[in-house]
This record gives sequence, structure tokens and C-alpha cells, in this order.
Amino acid sequence: MSGNGVTGNGDGAHPTIDIVLHVWRQAPGQEGRMVTYVEEARGISPDMSFLEMLDIVGERLIAKGEEPIAFEHDCREGICGSCGMMINGQAHGPERGTAACQLHMRKFRHGDEITVEPWRARAFPVLRDLIVDRQAFDRIIEAGGYITAPTGAAPDGNLILVPKESADASMDAAACIGCGACVAACPNSAAQLFTSAKLAHLNLLPQGQAERYRRTQAMVDTMEQYFGSCTMHAECQEACPKEISVDFIAYMNRDYVKAQLKNRRLQGQLAP
Amino acid sequence: MIGALDSHVPEGPIEDRWTRHKFDMKLVAPNNRRRFDVIIVGTGLAGASAAATLGEQGYDVKVFTYHDSPRRAHSIAAQGGINAAKNYKGDGDSVFRLFYDTVKGGDFRSRESNVYRLAEESVNIIDQCVAQGVPFAREYGGLLDNRSFGGAQVSRTFYARGQTGQQLLLGAYQQMMHQVALGTVKLHTRTEMLDLVVKDGVACGVVVRDMVTGAVTSHSAHAVLLCTGGYGNVFFLSTNAKFSNATAAWRAHRRGALFANPCFTQIHPTCIPASDDFQSKLTLMSESLRNDGRIWVPLDRDDTRSPDQMPESARDYFLERKYPSFGNLVPRDVASRNAKAVVDEGRGVGPLRNGVYLDFAEAIGRVGEATIRERYGNLFDMYERITDENPYRVPMRIYPAVHYTMGGLWVDYHLMSNVPGLFVLGEANFSDHGANRLGASALMQGLADGYFVISYTLANYLAPLLGTRPVPTDDPAFIQAETSVGDTVARLLSIKGTRSVDHFHRELGKIMWEYCGMARNRTGLEKALSEIPALREEFWKDVRVLGGAALNQSLEKATRVADFFELGELMVRDALHREESCGGHFRDESQTEDGEALRDDDRFAYVGAWEWTGKGVEPALHREPLDFEYVKLTQRSYK
Repeated sequence: MSGNGVTGNGDGAHPTIDIVLHVWRQAPGQEGRMVTYVEEARGISPDMSFLEMLDIVGERLIAKGEEPIAFEHDCREGICGSCGMMINGQAHGPERGTAACQLHMRKFRHGDEITVEPWRARAFPVLRDLIVDRQAFDRIIEAGGYITAPTGAAPDGNLILVPKESADASMDAAACIGCGACVAACPNSAAQLFTSAKLAHLNLLPQGQAERYRRTQAMVDTMEQYFGSCTMHAECQEACPKEISVDFIAYMNRDYVKAQLKNRRLQGQLAP
Repeated sequence: MIGALDSHVPEGPIEDRWTRHKFDMKLVAPNNRRRFDVIIVGTGLAGASAAATLGEQGYDVKVFTYHDSPRRAHSIAAQGGINAAKNYKGDGDSVFRLFYDTVKGGDFRSRESNVYRLAEESVNIIDQCVAQGVPFAREYGGLLDNRSFGGAQVSRTFYARGQTGQQLLLGAYQQMMHQVALGTVKLHTRTEMLDLVVKDGVACGVVVRDMVTGAVTSHSAHAVLLCTGGYGNVFFLSTNAKFSNATAAWRAHRRGALFANPCFTQIHPTCIPASDDFQSKLTLMSESLRNDGRIWVPLDRDDTRSPDQMPESARDYFLERKYPSFGNLVPRDVASRNAKAVVDEGRGVGPLRNGVYLDFAEAIGRVGEATIRERYGNLFDMYERITDENPYRVPMRIYPAVHYTMGGLWVDYHLMSNVPGLFVLGEANFSDHGANRLGASALMQGLADGYFVISYTLANYLAPLLGTRPVPTDDPAFIQAETSVGDTVARLLSIKGTRSVDHFHRELGKIMWEYCGMARNRTGLEKALSEIPALREEFWKDVRVLGGAALNQSLEKATRVADFFELGELMVRDALHREESCGGHFRDESQTEDGEALRDDDRFAYVGAWEWTGKGVEPALHREPLDFEYVKLTQRSYK
């Protein structure tokens, strides 16, 4: 391990950095606390990803006989949505449009102090260290985040014409990876960006029209059981690793208002 | 002992086999389906689509995934697209052509009837996915767009930007979550299968571990479906997700299921080279880059000038030189092997001399930077984010990495293993890709199995079992399996050695990559056969797993790595026995005069399916001969 100053790994070609890491440690069922790592966070290569840095710190902790830092991760390509942590108070860290797994240590400088915490939201209880429980998202999808199309009943794919503009806008929304950064970044822990992204994905497509208003009402109502209310700070958009636009929230709100009327009308309670 | 392998392939003309067989198979009436319990392990494309479909049909389905949500499965990372023989472009595609390309692409080591069925069902997949709202790319008129992929001569690949796998998985996940809401599918997240339970030779359930609490429980059913993906992570460094593992499949193998063609691994040529020893995984970039990039290394190994200082005369465009007609577009295995050869000669580039250049300078000169940005902008951005180099200015560096495993548990035409009641779907089985997989075909296979095959073949298996109850979970078979899982966990926690799980995994990966990677030979494989058991022994003596049973990621890794050791050894054994070069499998001893792969159909036109015969005992090989009635056996040539 290296000492102070920018140090090398022997050949001098790859300078490494020393950082100071403050990490939230919490065992299941216990109170959590911040723990500072200095020795373990020395000699970090700028080419490492943030998660590889945590890997190394974990290996060093194991060598000392301490349990490594628990954190969610899987694909490490920014698409599975498993990883997520507050890095210096920002969801997924300082780089825009980038999940923690794609953040690299070259974004930090020698001597930096880095604070790492789990997502902070009542709907996402901490399970251990940086791992939180995001099942509330699955409950929102369950409530209506689908188009009912049982296997075997589909017509030929080209019978349903989808204007390119609709397909593109739908895809912009569908890019959501369900990581929860939007909730973590929101001062109210609201899940409007996540919910509206799924609603827009489906409601913008011709296939999604039959269930549009039923879906909107069910998903929004379920969202409100778990999450806070949106007060349009738009922090979610800033934090989103897929840069999903808050415009979809406006779209959702409009559909939700319409749903109040349409759903009653569909049930024959209002004259057309 | 296991008798001769019967693939249960129906007879008759290949184009009628599946259709007629669907009529011949037994049915379970809608009102009887709720009397059948089905367990599905894994929620990727195969698992989620099977769960959704079987739930809709009325079966009582239980699903297990080790992720926090089914949507995280690694199918999500597939970029390129999904093949289907729609012939929407009118450019000569057909079910037969997709079948033909797939058999040939698999280098004649797959089962013709399975592949034909896959090509047939490919068209239904697109319809299903469109209906459920997958936002496929569209033409301005609203019709579906297609592109040509992986050197195919027709445009049959459907795509959703560079995120096709994500969108297909979300489609299947959402369809399944609808069933969860309706109560036909019961979902168990953060729950890992650690054993298969077999009673009187029939699969009757699983033993799982709740990864949050550590509780080990049993679940019984009339049938078990493994949809647990591939085993590329045996190499430690691969393009697979970090959690991807072989434990479910390997536990089934140890309970009697045959493991077929374990050595068939696909190495993908266009990955970003490792930057240091701490590298945790490798990142794949779409091979579409090879359409415009030119691959080269310095002619002279001592030439360390930067690439822009290197004149044309000092460069070796080795693929263009050796394969004038295909050039940089040779198949994945050929490109990978040649890159390894030049790096092994000491001509590798980059700080660790572990890559080859993929150079866009000429393409940028020809069509302009704007066009290149339009074609590959997102890939260039990703490359720059990881390497901190701008590929518009300096050539990319690439190197091959393990990507997909064609081998897997042996299944018959019904996707059932040799253990009755155990079905295997998607990458976890061996069936459709032979010795090499075509681009954009993995998504197709996962969804064909889950949406359109399993509901028929499962009903055929279940129908005669009507009125029977699943084996109760207090049966000795379950108790024994539960005890064995508990013992393994306790043992791993009690070793308290000196080295981490990752240390052992990395070391295993080095052995596998060195001796059982892109090119293999007898000497190396025999060396691996002696090194792996030694390392495994050290693992069981010296691994350090701290903490307890509740939410312990080191413990999760340890159970997986323990199984990788045994699987790795079997892969080496399989590679050693297959003294031919075919598909992604290259044996140094079997090549033509000019160094190309030489297949040996007289000796090896079969599926090699291995039977577990006990710890420390050499496994038994069973052969399923392969007949090629419709696609004539020919050697590949890319000269």
C-alpha cells in the first residue's frame, strides 16, 4: 500500500490516489453508523470503477478480519439497476447520466474524502450497509405496469402500426432501469419519475390504449401508498442515470386527471 | 446408470414435426391445471416468460430469483437484437434459412429438430413482444424496422435501440408481475436455489436459502424448471453479470442430470481489455463496430510508437491479411483466436500490451465523423467513460472475453433433462446453439423456450400425473437435501481461513482462461486437470468467509465458487476428450495446414453428455449421435 502523495504501482506509469472513505455500516436489525476508512482506501487506481474501489476496500477489510461493505451490484454495465448509493450526497455520484457502476475513480482526486450512504427513503428500508429493499417498485408494476397480452393471442407484429415518434418517445421512457435514484434524490422520497416512466412507456403506444386509464389510476394510487408526494423539485431528473425527463411526470398527471373522469365513464357512471 | 439417450425427436418431414407433435402430445384441461404445482428457478427471459405463460394457463407457479427484483436478470444486458424469420424486408429470409444459418453457425453440433422449431417459433416471439408493448424500432410508416447483424446476409434482427435485452426482459417481467398480482404466480425474491430434490429418480422440488434471513427451506412441486442462465463466470472475468452462476444447474447435475458439451464457450472479440489486476468484469461492445473499424497491431513487437505515429507500413492488419474476403468481419471465434495469437506473439497494444487496435480513422475519413457518431455514438461514449480515451482521435483497444456458454444441462426435444420432471430452458440448457451461437439468437431461444415450447411439453409430462400430490417436504429426500445445504453453509462459515473467496475465484479463472480458453491443447488441459483439484482443496481448507448466515455476500459467493471448481474441472475434461476444433472450441492438435479449425465429424458428430458419478470419481460420458438430414455437413471457410 502506498503512503501520502500521488504514488505509483512500481513502474511509475500508473499513478494511484489515496482517498478517505466514510461509509454507512449497518448490520441487519441494528442501528447504523458512519465508519471511516483511511488505510483501506489508499493506492486506488484512477482506472477502477467506483464499485471496484469498494471491492478492493472489501478485500482489505477481509484481510484484517472485518466484514466487507455490502452493496448491490450485478451487470456493472449500467443496465440492470442493481447498484445505487449516495456518493457525497448525490445519487450515483457526481457524473451525470451515469450509474455508480460506470463511475470511475478518475473523477476523484488524491486526498478526496468520499461519503457513501444507502438510498435514503422510508419506502426503501436498509437491509445491510448500502443494500436497501426496493420491493415497493415491484408493487407499482404489479398494480398495472403491463399490457394484458396473454401468450398466444397476439396478432402479427406489423398489424399494429406505431408511428416512429411514438415508438421513440416510448423507448425514452422505457429506458428506466428501476434503480431508485429518483426516489433517493427527491426531498420528499417521491416515486413520480419511476412511475411516470412506466406509464409513458405503455400509454404512448397504441397497444397500451385499452388499459390506459385503469393502469394510470392503479399505478398512481399504489405509488402513493408507499412514497411521498411530488413537489416538482426535478432532482429526480438530475439524478437519473438514464436521464429520463420530468416531462413524463406532467404527462402522468394529465392522464391521472383524465382517468378520474374516464374510468367512471367507462363503467357507465357518466353520460358520454 | 443411465441408458441410451433418447432425444424424443418426432418423425416426419422437419417442417411438420413440431406442428404434428403439438397435436400428439397430451393436454391438461384448464380446470385441472390448478392441481399442478410448478417451480421455476430464475427470472430472465426464459424463466419470466415461462412463469407468465404457465400462470396465465392456470398452473400453480412458484418462482425463485436471487435478485431483489425479477427485472435484474442478466438477459437485460443483451444489446444487439433478436432474430426472427419474418422476412419483413423481403430479402430472402425464411424459417428454413434461419434454421440453416443456425445449424451451420453452430458448426454442426446442435440437434436439427430443435433448431427448426426455434426458427419456427421466432416469428411468434415478435408478435407476442409487440402486443405487450416492447418499443421495437420502427420505420416512419409505423412498421417494424430490421437490421442485419453478425454477418447475416438477410435483415432479420429486431431491436430496441441498443437495449433489446432490457426491453424484452421488461416485457416478460411485466407479464409475469401481472400474474403475481392475480395470485397465479408466487414470487420469492432474494431466494437462491441450493439443491434439487430427486425421489425415486424423479425431480420433486428444490431447497432454497433466503438470502436475507439465511433460512433454508424446501419447496415441492410436480415439475421443476431451471431457467438459470449460463456459467461464463467460471472464468472470473467475463461479460456476465457478477451474480451469474452455475449453482442451480450444477446441483441438478450432482443429483443425476447430465451436463452436455460443457466446454462449448463463446468468446466475444470486441470487449474492452482489462486495465489492471483489480478488474472485476469485462465490458462488451457490440460487434457491429467491426463493420467500420479496422483491426491491427504493429508488425514489430518492439515498435512502441503511439498509433498515430505509426505509418501504414509498420502496421499489420492481420485479419484483412489472412482472410481477404471476410476481413474484419470473420466470425467471432476466428477474430478472437487471431487477436490472441498476435498478443501472444508480444505484439499486443496498450499499457498492459493486452489488446489489439480497432481503428476508425479510415472510416471517419471516408464517411465523416458525424456519420460514425450517428452509428456508434453510444458505444464510443461508453468506451471513453471506461478508458478515458477518445476513440474518434485514437484507435480503440479491444480484446476477446468470455461471453456465452453453449453447453448446459442435457435436454430432450421436450426440454426435459434425463431426470423426469426436471426441465431446463434458455442458456442453462445445451440444445440449440451447437458449438457456437449466432448473434441475436440468445434472446430468441430464451423466449421460444419460455413462451412457446414449455407449456406444451410440460402439459404432456403432467397429464398422466393428474390426481397425484407433490412429495411432501417432510419426506426424507427433502430432509437429506436440506441437511446437506445446511452443512455446506455451516462448513464454509467455519473454515475461517486466510484468503477471500474472490482470491480463489480469480485463481480458478486464470487456470480456465489459460488452458481452457480460446485455444486448447492436451498438455495445457492435463495441467489444468491437476491444478484445479489442488486449488479446490486449498479453497476448502483456507477460504475466509466472515460473518453469519444472514445477508452475507461473501457466503453467497462462496457457495457459487465451490460449484465453479467442480464445473471447471468437467469443462476441462470435456475439452480434453473432444479432439477436434469446432465452433468456439479450438484444439491446437486439430487444424488445417494454414492454421484453420478442423472439425472431425467421423469421431465427434455427437453431443457429449456427462454423468456425475461421485466426488473424486471420473464422470461417465454418454453420447447422443447427431444426424444431419437437412443441412449438409460442410467445413467452414472464411478465406
